[in-house]
Amino acid sequence: MTELSRRTTLKRTGALAVATIVAGWLRPGDAAAEWNRGAFEAKTVADALKQLKIAAPADTKDIVIRAPDIAENGAVVPIEIQSNIPGTKSMVVLIEKNPFPYAANFDFAPGAALPYVALRVKMGETSNVRVVVATADGRFLTAAKEVKVTIGGCGG
Amino acid sequence: MGEPMKIRAKLEGDVLDVRVLMAHPMETGQRKDGAGNLVPMHFIQTITAQLNGRTVFQADTSQAISRNPVFGFKLKGAKAGDKLSITWTDNKGDKRTDEVVVGAG
Repeated sequence: MTELSRRTTLKRTGALAVATIVAGWLRPGDAAAEWNRGAFEAKTVADALKQLKIAAPADTKDIVIRAPDIAENGAVVPIEIQSNIPGTKSMVVLIEKNPFPYAANFDFAPGAALPYVALRVKMGETSNVRVVVATADGRFLTAAKEVKVTIGGCGG
Repeated sequence: MGEPMKIRAKLEGDVLDVRVLMAHPMETGQRKDGAGNLVPMHFIQTITAQLNGRTVFQADTSQAISRNPVFGFKLKGAKAGDKLSITWTDNKGDKRTDEVVVGAG
């Protein structure tokens, strides 16, 4: 190994270590911080939560989920989520009756991002949209809203 | 690489209201093409937003996100002149980064 490539390697290793530390706050439950294939391929909410290492989230009224009561087109269902829970660190979005319920996870840098997200999802059929909030002190809280779907949006 | 993202970042007091549109097919792997063949899965898996180089918002996503995804999020403590960059990566290893400079509110 030449001096140059050794340095480059060291530099890269260092950068990677720093990146890992910086990313640390984002995924405390899962230090590997990779896209969680197991959770995304889970076919039930229970299995997805298990893969995400989320145990028994408590019901809360402090997560506001704005979504249509009836979605005519399941291919594009707009959802807005606002957490009023202090210390909200991340949000998991599950479409309970989709073939693969786990739709997304959002991480908010403390003090730099508000615990809010807007997204558009596909829904195969009428289902609860469930949100699980993880807090900085390791609590899990959940709320759900039902969206009735007239035309499903997964296949077609 | 894909098409450029459309990023709108609007300063409201010290809150930066961000809306981003990404051009992406978000194929679920369940849709059939005209010839009746399944179209392979092709979807965005990660999204990272950085303000002046610091990661402030991050998402992991599945094929359940609608085609040509639109996301909205809100950043605190941003000011005019800050650089907001957004990067997505997909399941085929494709990647795209776009950047905007925050305008005055």
